[in-house]
Formats: sequence, C-alpha cells, structure tokens
Amino acid sequence: MTATAEKTDQTGGQDSPKAGVVPSFTVTLKISRFDPETDSEQHWETYEVTAHATDRVLDALHQIKWDQDGSLSFRRSCAHGVCGSDAMRINGKNRLACKTLIKDVNPDKPITVEPIKGLPVEKDLIVDMEPFFDAYREVMPFLITEGNEPTRERIQSQADRDRFDDTTKCILCAACTTSCPVFWNDGQYFGPAAIVNAHRFIFDSRDDGGTQRLEILNDKEGVWRCRTTFNCTDACPRGIEVTKAIQEVKRALLTSRF
Amino acid sequence: MQTHKYDVVIVGAGGAGMRAALESSTRTRTAVLTKLYPTRSHTGAAQGGMCAALANVEEDNWEWHTFDTVKGGDYLVDQDAAEIMCREAIDAVIDLEKMGLPFNRTPEGKIDQRRFGGHTRNHGEAAVRRSCFAADRTGHMILQTLYQNCVKQGVEFYNEFYVLDLLMNTGPDGVEHTAGVVAYELATGELHVFQAKSVVFATGGTGKVFKTTSNAHTLTGDGMGVAFRRGIPLEDMEFFQFHPTGLAGLGILLSEAARGEGGILRNADGERFMERYAPTIKDLAPRDIVARSMANEVREGRGAGPNKDYVLLDLTHLEPAHIDAKLPDITEFARTYLGVEPYTEPVPVYPTAHYAMGGVPTNVETEVLRNNTDIVPGLFAAGEVACVSVHGSNRLGTNSLLDINVFGRRAGIAAAEYAANAPFVDLPANPAALVEGMVETIRTRDSGERVADLRRALQETMDRNVQVFRTEASMKEALGVIDELKERYAAVVVQDKGKRYNTDLLEAVELGFLIELAEVITLGALARKESRGGHFREDYEARDDVNFMRHTMAYRAPVTDVEQGPKFADEVRLDYKPVTVTRYQPMERKY
Repeated sequence: MTATAEKTDQTGGQDSPKAGVVPSFTVTLKISRFDPETDSEQHWETYEVTAHATDRVLDALHQIKWDQDGSLSFRRSCAHGVCGSDAMRINGKNRLACKTLIKDVNPDKPITVEPIKGLPVEKDLIVDMEPFFDAYREVMPFLITEGNEPTRERIQSQADRDRFDDTTKCILCAACTTSCPVFWNDGQYFGPAAIVNAHRFIFDSRDDGGTQRLEILNDKEGVWRCRTTFNCTDACPRGIEVTKAIQEVKRALLTSRF
Repeated sequence: MQTHKYDVVIVGAGGAGMRAALESSTRTRTAVLTKLYPTRSHTGAAQGGMCAALANVEEDNWEWHTFDTVKGGDYLVDQDAAEIMCREAIDAVIDLEKMGLPFNRTPEGKIDQRRFGGHTRNHGEAAVRRSCFAADRTGHMILQTLYQNCVKQGVEFYNEFYVLDLLMNTGPDGVEHTAGVVAYELATGELHVFQAKSVVFATGGTGKVFKTTSNAHTLTGDGMGVAFRRGIPLEDMEFFQFHPTGLAGLGILLSEAARGEGGILRNADGERFMERYAPTIKDLAPRDIVARSMANEVREGRGAGPNKDYVLLDLTHLEPAHIDAKLPDITEFARTYLGVEPYTEPVPVYPTAHYAMGGVPTNVETEVLRNNTDIVPGLFAAGEVACVSVHGSNRLGTNSLLDINVFGRRAGIAAAEYAANAPFVDLPANPAALVEGMVETIRTRDSGERVADLRRALQETMDRNVQVFRTEASMKEALGVIDELKERYAAVVVQDKGKRYNTDLLEAVELGFLIELAEVITLGALARKESRGGHFREDYEARDDVNFMRHTMAYRAPVTDVEQGPKFADEVRLDYKPVTVTRYQPMERKY
C-alpha cells in the first residue's frame, strides 16, 4: 500500500523500524458507497490493497483513493487519533480509521467500512455532523461562572481537576453517539457525546451552571433515554468511560449533588 | 454563486482563528470560514504546553522568556514582537484559565508548570519550569476551550468552506485594499464570495510539503499560497522546524514534554548523546540542535534498530504513574502505532517536519505587509501562517500555542477596530473568476497527471534534499524535481467529476499550494549561505551575521484573472528585510 511503498522506497534514513521486517499481504476492503448525484441508494464496492499489519485502516483508504478510485470520499485530518474526523463503522464497530491498525481487525476476511449510523449520509463515508453538533451546543458546553472574576487564575485543587479529567478527553468524533441504539431509533436523543460534554462542566469545581445543564438533561430526550448498553464506552477511541459519565449525571439529577 | 457581506472574515478555525473570533465577534459582524470543522484543527494535536512566566513554581520573569525566545530563534527574531508575546503570555494563560481550560494544578491549586526545551532561568543558567500544561493534551484543551467559548458567544462559522482566493481592489485612497475572499463550499461545490472590510488569515502551516511530518493531511499551506498568488510576499520560508521526537517511520509527534518530564535520548550504545552536544541543558536544548544531533548520531552509525536509522527516547526510569499522569497520550501513540511499551522499552524516534517559522509577513499589530514597510489595509494574519517574527529561525517549544493566543487575540481586535472605521471596498469585477477557472479546469480535465504521484515525488525530494541537512547540490536537485512537478501539475487530473464533497478536487488544489511553497522554501534555503536555527547548510556551517542576519522576503508577481487558473510562469524574486533588535545583540548560541 501507499505507506508501504514509501517505506521501502525510502533511502534517506527515516525508514520505519518495521520496514523489511513485517511482511506485506493483500487485504480486501468492502466499502459502502453512496453518491447522491448519481446513486439512488447505498451499495458496496470491493477493493484490494497491499498492506502491512501495522498500517492503519486510514492508510488502506488512502491507497484506494490515491491509486485506485479518487471518487471515494471520507473525512480525515490528523491521522493519529486526536482530531476526530474519521470515525467510521469498521467491521460493524465504530472506530477511528487512523487509530485502527490492519492487525486489529481480521485481515483474512474482507474489512467492511461504512459511515457511522444515525446521521444522514452525505456521500460515501461522510455524514452530516450538524445534528450531532446541535445536540452538543444544547447542553451549554462552556464554563459558566457567577460572582467577580479573580485577577489571577481560579484556584482548583488537583483532586478537583481530576474529578472531570476523563470527560475532557472528548474529541467530538461522534463514535459514541452513533453507536447508541437509542440514538439510532430516536434522533431527538442528545446522545452520549453531548452528555459527556455536559459532565465535563457539571463536575468542574469552577463551574456554576450545573443546575441549568441538569435541567436540560432531565428532559424526556435527555439522560433518562440511556439504556446502559455500554456501546458508547466500547466505541470511544479516547477510552472515556462514557456510560459511567452518563450514570454520574443521572445520579446528580437524583441527588442534586455534584 | 452566493455573495455574503461581513465586517470581518476570519479564515481558519484553529487556535489563532478562534481566538481572533472571540475578540472580533463581540465588536462587529464576523464570520469564520474554515476548511475543517473547528475542532478538527491541528492546534488540537499540540501536546506539551504554553509557556508564560507565571512564576507559579519557581522564580521567572517575561524578560528571561524573551531572551530565550530570541536566542532560541538564533537572533533572527524581531525582538519587539518577542517582547510583546512574552509579556502578554501571562494574561493569555490566565484568560484561557478563565475561559475554562483545565490546566494541571500545583499542590496550592495554581496552574502547574514544567520544563521545556530552550526555556531557562536567568539567560541560560538552567532549565526553568515555565510551560503551563494539561497533561500532554494542552493543544486539545486550548482548541476545545476556544470552541466552547465560540459556542457560548454564538460565533458564526461556515464549516468546510475552503478559501481559495483573496480579493483586493483599489480603495478611495488609491491604495490596494482587502475586499474579501472567495470560498469553495465542499458540500456542494458552490463558490461563495465574502465581501469584508477586514480579512484575518489564520490558516496554519504547510507541513505536508514534507513526507515525514507531524502535521495533519490538511496542512497544505493554503493561506500562504493564496496570499502569495496575490502578490503578497512570504518571509523566512526556508526556516522549517524538524521536531526531534517523531515516532520513527511515521512522524507522529511525541511531545518535548517527554524530555521535560525527565525522558532521555540515547543512541544504539545507550549513550546519552545530548551531553556531548549541549552540556548544560542536554536533552532540553532547542529543537533544531536536538534534531541535528540525532540525525548526526544516525549518520555516524550510532543509530538504533535493524537499519540503524533512529535513536531512542528512554522513559523507562520514570514511574509508570508519573507517565500516566503527565504523558498519557504520547505513550499511547507508541503502544498503538509501534507496539512499544514505554514503561519498559525505549521508543524509536527520528526528526519530523513540524512547523513553519516563516509565513505571511506582519507587523506586531498583525497587519500584513506588502513589502518591508507598507501594510495591506484590511488584511491581517496570525498563527503559523504568519511571520511576525517571534520564532526567527527556530521556534521554542510551547511558543506556538502562545503565538496563536497572543497574536490571534491581537488580530481579532485589530481587524474589528479597522472595520469600525473603514468603508467596504468594492468587489473587483467578476470576483470568483480565478477560482472558478482553477477549479473547473481541474475538475473537467479528462486525462493527465495523478495528484498522489506528484505529491509523493514532491514529498520525497523535500525529505531527501531539504530536511535537517542541506547543501547547494541537494537543493538544486530538489529544485529540478519541483520544476518538473510544476509542469506536470499543469496537467493534473481528478477522477471525481462530481460537485458534492469532492475531496479529490480539494487534494489537487492543495497540491498546487504545496508545490509553490516547496519552491519558495528551497529557493530561500539555497540563497541563504549560512547555517542558522532550523536551516543547516553543510557547505556553510557557520552563522553569518554580516551577510545573513536579515529576513528573506520572497515575491512572485500576482496572477492575473486567467480563466485557465493560475500559472506558475513567474520567477520567485528574493529580497531581504532587516531584523528588529532591541536589547539583545547576537552572540554565540551555546546550551
């Protein structure tokens, strides 16, 4: 594949430590395609690429796009799991294509790649992210403070800082929300990512907007729709304990303590 | 084609663009146009921290920070700009904390600080704890915090709008003013003309000129390229930073914070080789020195691995709990992408193209310069796309996050204030013609050269010939390849002929910018017959202050509105601009 060819062609001293060590092999990708300008519905197309076990699925997609079929469309940017652009359904599981190595999925069988579920497909692997960001914006994902601002930084103990550390890791890739069966069936549900981002502020000792946010999440499309299936936790490429965060928000609603 | 009208248009929604938007949108009608969803911007990949002399954990002051910045930049820094940045750094950090940024804390609950390369106490005595951080996710937290505050303020974003042209027109005073921009809407393929009194470029860098890079696929120098095609110069483009610790073979960034927290670089013999190159601050020397030292170890046969082509970043002496608390993400990168466990094994690393010190020249008010002295009224730039120049020939670690916050803020204020007192300038006739010609020519061409082939050839020659070590011969070889690629690019073809989300077309357009910028980088490097900061000439190993303590200014005659899209016909012309020196005279750079 592309990355492989570059590694073996390269002579300038930046070679992968794996070059020449890890054998390459042929991988089949079965990709969901849809171009609204020409197609009436989604269909599958199959591609073969040469890959190393340590290559990313994103590398395989790039090889297809760059060397076989330029019309294949997907989003990507950082290519190492921090920008959140390339969440997709790989072998039926939501993952980041840039954080999934070929060896992490069974390369002996065709690797299926589909757009994440529950958001309108715009083209191939690209979905409309607006409903997702709308839900995010609704939970007031920003620090709300009362009283006078201090001249220097606010004081916060490291323990208080650690209280919400897990949910600060969210990169808004939508892997969690679009793995949630409740979200698939009910587009009105805020979804896990929005709740994670509400959690990030509700449990920040500097924040005074917890009550407002909890009121929003107490809505019939709020946290109570969660059926604790843990799909979201499994899907999160950042390792956030999403279901736990949702449970903590539920508990805060019941006890009014946070 | 749609036409929109705003007082201020900001191009780019990374740290600089959103910091500008927070200022501008409270003052006047502002739109942010961004190629990516804001939270995808590469600011989010920054890791180690943002320096400011808060003195929360030990004595420090902004004057020491200024000195370190000037010395780190090998005296090519404009010292007035560095003073402003280091002085305003303190408020910039405090502002972010007040916006909600979750910094790591000291036992007293203040913002914690740690050591970083080239940041020292009292003009080089010893490393100082100056970097304010949130684990190794500081950029992520900055990007998220700025976006959260943009949501709070209701900032108006046009997501996945790719700006491809800058519009200018003669104003009532007979001078060329900024009139707006032309954007390509990725979702529909439609062109949009944005008329604006002020335009702020905050489009980031151009790391994809190189093959081995820490940069995102989308960092293709668009803003620099758009400005350059309209006759605006580019400053100091030959200075490109190669970050020492990219994951070997991949280029993925491993923060300098790894060394700030105690990590050590070793060669194949296990030797801590930085003791030989920088006896005082060793592994925490500035990036240019560390990158060169690493490349030299490999070149002299002391590299590790089966091909002896990398060195090792050793964290094994650190407590796993300490690693988890301070460096969680980068250790996960090592596990995910190389299968290496940093608790027990050293991590293979090699320099990776990381940061453009050069860019669109601005003054300290972020106004873009059309030459050494005159501004382009209504045009502003901040962040990596700009060259103000606070980084000189080598940026210190953490100073980019600082730069985007300090100068992003300044750009937002300056753009809004300019718009408050300026009239709209008329749009030029047929404002979208250039972009339409360029995009449609590529999209409808039946056969020709493939984008990926040309891009690979470009990136390979840049890695081989214009990387850490440069010579006249290597750069002439690169220019030969670039010349050939310019010709081949004139016949570039895409397979996707559609209008919706045509990322094939997008990559073809991006490649045009990459080729142009590679040429400017290489020409500047060839003409600079000295070694300074990130630019190292094996045929001119010494710094030459007599002939080269000056900024390079590259010019190309502006394109005309040809229906066939921009041509590469005009030669690049190089000129020079003096460095602003206030209190630090150049001296030998030792660490």
